[in-house]
Amino acid sequence: MLWFSLLVLIPLCAVVVTAAEGGWDTFWTTITNGQTAAAIRLTVTAAAVVTVVNVVVGPMIAWVLVRDRFWGKGALELLIDIPFALPTIVAGLVLLSLYGHDSPLGIDVANMPSSVYLAYLFVTLPFVVRMVQPVLEQLELDVEEAAASLGASRFTTFRRIILPSLTPAIAAGAALSFARGVSEYGSLVLLSGNLPFKTEVTSVRILSSVENNNLAGAAAVATVLLVISLLVIVLLDVLQRRVAVRD
Amino acid sequence: MTDLLTREQPPKAAPVRRRSRPRKGPVAYLLRLFVTAYLVLLVAWPVSLVAIRTFEDGFSGIQGILEDPDTVTALKLTVTVAISAVVVNTLFGVGISLLLVRSEFPGKRALSALVDLPLSVSPIVVGLALVLVYGGRNGWFGPTLEGAGLQVVFATPGIVMATAFVALPLVIREVVPVLEEIGTDQEVAAQTLGANGWQTFWRVTLPAIKWAIVYGVVLSLARSLGEFGAVKVVSGNVLGQTRTATLVVEEKYLNFDQQGAYATAFLLAMVSVACIVIVSVIRPKNERS
Repeated sequence: MLWFSLLVLIPLCAVVVTAAEGGWDTFWTTITNGQTAAAIRLTVTAAAVVTVVNVVVGPMIAWVLVRDRFWGKGALELLIDIPFALPTIVAGLVLLSLYGHDSPLGIDVANMPSSVYLAYLFVTLPFVVRMVQPVLEQLELDVEEAAASLGASRFTTFRRIILPSLTPAIAAGAALSFARGVSEYGSLVLLSGNLPFKTEVTSVRILSSVENNNLAGAAAVATVLLVISLLVIVLLDVLQRRVAVRD
Repeated sequence: MTDLLTREQPPKAAPVRRRSRPRKGPVAYLLRLFVTAYLVLLVAWPVSLVAIRTFEDGFSGIQGILEDPDTVTALKLTVTVAISAVVVNTLFGVGISLLLVRSEFPGKRALSALVDLPLSVSPIVVGLALVLVYGGRNGWFGPTLEGAGLQVVFATPGIVMATAFVALPLVIREVVPVLEEIGTDQEVAAQTLGANGWQTFWRVTLPAIKWAIVYGVVLSLARSLGEFGAVKVVSGNVLGQTRTATLVVEEKYLNFDQQGAYATAFLLAMVSVACIVIVSVIRPKNERS
């Protein structure tokens, strides 16, 4: 308990306290400062868009991994976990090698706002898939067959039978992937170029405040991120309870 | 009996087959194609490119970084830090998992939610938080600790703390569900047979959660070796002293030493891929037993 407080609780409180020390006005001017506001807007938009993509693609990947059978599926399974385990700076470098200046595909997103989306897509890939997969595995085929035999079309079966049982898992995965997106830093350093107003995200903004020894300003922006993380954690807790009730 | 056995198998496999082939045919294939393409474009191709770039000139890239004393120091530091953080997190993780599952206390739900917090907090915020508290000049505890001769920020302890922070939930997340599943029957039985608390833990609980701990440790190790953002804020990036391997990758890339950056990145990627492979190999084995 003591270690947990020393390591996690006290430092996080310090962030909030430092942010609050300057009073509400300072806090507000810091986060509404043009460059910071642009960074926050980009971060939240990109994380939201990527989360939506994950919500659509994640269950599809999970579906293929659970229900389909084909050669090389084991390799795909492994690929899902790579973004989670790969050091973020390496992730950035990895993406840069395919989508950077000397891209073999001819797609160059380096230093473009789209690079932020790409990096987020990469690092948040596992979350929805990994949340949905176990639920989908437990789902009984019988129920789907029953629905089909009662005359439900494939789409109806999907919408009325499969989707409702997957919803809490998808939502939990979405929350995690949003949180991860908002807080991402390492993979963007090399990829996005950190141009103010264009590709600079919130984490980078905090870091530059720290490097300029503007700890109070950094703490103010960090508080915004912390609040987002806390909201996500609370949401997750509620969702997990709902999943537990369902079981 | 044999007749029963042989007859039982086809109906089990058949409905799945029949259903997935003629009815979901085109959709299933499209989906499979789409998912494979998506994963190849997003993950497999880029990762393999790094491997290719590393070995473009044979082994000279790898050799180059292994001969560079600064990089070697950074790699050593990374390994030391990762191992310390993993040891700390394992001990703490098992302790707090036991606390969360086996005892009731006010604020338990809040604690279990807070334990997940490091997963969603930005590494930069983690670094900032540690600097605010343990910073040598104007942190909350920093000056006192420094007076006692312990420098935390811009030194190895700070890096270990930052790494431990970000990898904190991984062991707990693996151990808690297993503890919940095994229940307390065996522990109670051991106690009625006269085992003391320590013996119960060592002989009964620990063997049951052994595999969960192993996964947690492997995942934490992968995460710890690769931590970048939090370490960057806390370490101060002093060449040969507090520069870790991930910082070397950035440094080399920004200095246009692409070969070196790719080679270092490749080493790190190899370790993390190895970690996933280990987890995916031991996991099914354990679940079957």
